[in-house]
Amino acid sequence: MSSVAQKKGFGATLWDWLTTVDHKKIGILYFLGGGFFFVVGGIEAMLIRWQLHKPNNDFVSAGLFNDLITMHGTTMIFLAAMPILFGFMNAIVPLQIGARDVAFPFINSLGFWMFFFGGLFLNLSWFFQQVPDAGWTSYASLSIASEGHGVDFYAIGLQIAGGGTLMAGINFLVTIINMRAPGMTYMRMPLFTWTTFVASAMILFAFPPLTVGLFFLTFDRMFGGNFFDHTMGGNTIIWEHIFWIFGHPEVYILILPAFGIFSEIFSTFSRKRLFGYPSMVFATVLIGFLGFMVWAHHMFTVGLGPTANAIFAVATMAIAVPTGVKIFNWLLTMWGGSIRITTPMLYALGFIPSFVMGGVTGVMQGAAPLDYQLHDTYFIVAHFHYVIVGGVVLGILAATHYWWPKMFGTMLNETLGKVTFWFFFIGFHATFLIQHWLGFWGMPRRVWTFMDGQGWNSANFISTIGAFLMAIGIIVLVYNVIITSVKNVKVANDPWGDGRTLEWAIESPPIYYNFPATPLVRGLDTVWIEKMEGNETGLTPAEPIKDIHMPNGSIIPLLMSLGLFIAGFGAMYRTEEAWGLPVLIFGLLWTFVAMAARSLQDDTGYYVKKDEILRDLKRKGGQK
Amino acid sequence: MDLNKKFTPETWPDHPERATLEAKNKFVGFWLFLGGETILFATLFATYIALKNSGPSGFGFSTQELYELPLVFVMTMLLLTSSLTSVFAMYHLRNYNFKKMQLWLAITAFLGLGFLMLEVYEFTHYVKLGFTYNNSAFSSAFYTLVGTHGFHVAVGLVWITLLIFRNAKRGLNLYNATKYYTFSLYWHFIDVVWVFIFTVVYLMGVIG
Repeated sequence: MSSVAQKKGFGATLWDWLTTVDHKKIGILYFLGGGFFFVVGGIEAMLIRWQLHKPNNDFVSAGLFNDLITMHGTTMIFLAAMPILFGFMNAIVPLQIGARDVAFPFINSLGFWMFFFGGLFLNLSWFFQQVPDAGWTSYASLSIASEGHGVDFYAIGLQIAGGGTLMAGINFLVTIINMRAPGMTYMRMPLFTWTTFVASAMILFAFPPLTVGLFFLTFDRMFGGNFFDHTMGGNTIIWEHIFWIFGHPEVYILILPAFGIFSEIFSTFSRKRLFGYPSMVFATVLIGFLGFMVWAHHMFTVGLGPTANAIFAVATMAIAVPTGVKIFNWLLTMWGGSIRITTPMLYALGFIPSFVMGGVTGVMQGAAPLDYQLHDTYFIVAHFHYVIVGGVVLGILAATHYWWPKMFGTMLNETLGKVTFWFFFIGFHATFLIQHWLGFWGMPRRVWTFMDGQGWNSANFISTIGAFLMAIGIIVLVYNVIITSVKNVKVANDPWGDGRTLEWAIESPPIYYNFPATPLVRGLDTVWIEKMEGNETGLTPAEPIKDIHMPNGSIIPLLMSLGLFIAGFGAMYRTEEAWGLPVLIFGLLWTFVAMAARSLQDDTGYYVKKDEILRDLKRKGGQK
Repeated sequence: MDLNKKFTPETWPDHPERATLEAKNKFVGFWLFLGGETILFATLFATYIALKNSGPSGFGFSTQELYELPLVFVMTMLLLTSSLTSVFAMYHLRNYNFKKMQLWLAITAFLGLGFLMLEVYEFTHYVKLGFTYNNSAFSSAFYTLVGTHGFHVAVGLVWITLLIFRNAKRGLNLYNATKYYTFSLYWHFIDVVWVFIFTVVYLMGVIG
């Protein structure tokens, strides 16, 4: 992206994307990568629903059904929801805090490529026909017994992708701590930045246990370890503890950024300051803290004893309090506001009742005695889809429409956006609302088929129809993306007209150094303040225009991740193929050489000269 | 950033490890990374405590029979001393005395190497006794916890060796001061983890 690299053509463009360290481009890469896996996970969901649309169906085998549910869960959580959220964080957070880039541009790129190759590794299992089949939680009693390499694909693929996530988390933390523009105090940070901050802190403390758990699983399966083998003194409950110490915070890592997205949308399209901003921040931090205190509510039926169950039940239900604070603040933000029903706002409005329903069923299961009844039924499936789809996915779709112009410089079609919303929203409730009753009626989760005459037929059929309605919604969205990209009508800085935060003060998409001069932040919703005072440019600079320091692009992150990807295959086939061990060593050496290449050179970046910035400014002057 | 800018002890900033924005980022980022590492080791410790002395019937090893405190005492002394020598190195970093800093870091690396070799000896000794990685849940947990620490020591040694050699001709500047400083943070962290291993694994293992 330097001023030197002005070459055009496909090769040059491709090279630019492979080596980019620009947070906006990495955001787009995350968005595209996550979007791809979202479609893959969606297709898996369609196959699951098709199998269950009638009793005694034999569309897929029982084994393939296990593969499908495992990969659907794993893909959607690790390879779709989180990366897409990372995409928005990358694209938006540095802009919101007035920064030129993230703290570690190189590591940012490395994080993306590790996610990408980890996801690729996991999904190549389909082509090797040895697919993970122990559920996305991969409980050790199942995963140790699983034949073939399916679970190895899970353990190694997630290990690689998880490393990338940890890097991204640390990166956002440091960016937000160190790189805020002058005047951007913690209590003036937009809510999306706040939720990114708390979610990143949760990543920092939640992912190391996953790393350890996946290593235990890898060692047990491939290197003769005995952590989970009870005949050797091991204990499978250890996996459950480790997995949920990671896994429970993980759901808040997903939902908090969605809360942030909706906070931005509610205040923008109500044209009002977010109601109760300080309490929103406090609630976010409190949810972050409590998220770590409740993991054992996933294990009520394990037999931890009534004392442990009681403590975790109370802690779990306590989370409803800060969440309720948030819900009421959103409602009160709209109260007395001048509301515009745009597509993002439609998602935000749909989100509140959907998420509250998911939250209420969460509190129900938080009561340990009731959980004994509901355990492993479709009620659980209904609950977590209500929070994850009704919260996270609606948030992602809202953000897609809301920030699309900022990321790509063109608006998604509003009519098609609303069509997507209604298909998706109706389809979502049709699919999952009825599953609460399926749970009450005793249908167990994770079964590949059911018999006729149990009263489950019509409910399952309705659920399947709902799933297809959601798929239609997503197809409309894809169509929308294609036609708007082809038309490519350029939009101005603030296409919604009501932008409040710093990202709306600069052009869409922003120039690679973001801000010609670092902005001065004068309060919460700084751009709105400037607008109200009649400042045409939308921001007040904090310093005169001067040379800007920028990082150099690099291909090394891609090479490092590729090395780990290769080593993963070597590790998997180490014992049964002659090439296994050499490939493992080759892959690790490759990564090590790439790391050494990075360490041994002095890469201090380059400067964008003042003249060039002034030239850019003049060129923009005409096309406001 | 000008890498060739030469400082004197007078012009050298008080906190060279966080004198620039890039350095400040690395400084904060590394502390956060160590926070994540703490959780990683905490998980390993918890697993070790859960699986301590547990194996198939008649597997024949207990912590009391296995561990020998004199060896572990020598290892502990080596590692604690190496933390002290890395403090001396940082003292010279603050005072812009490149040669003495390199010297103390080299001494740190040698002490660390000594520790690592004793650990390799300890592990091979256990393996000869029949206490292999695959022997029991206890053995897997032990080798994974202590081995992960040992792996961190090895990584630290590679790190500091590369740093010492790559900067031999470059001297000290504001770009690599942070690299040296974060190494010393890392090294202290490893040391603190070892204090816990010494207590939880060896002392509690022998005393019961």
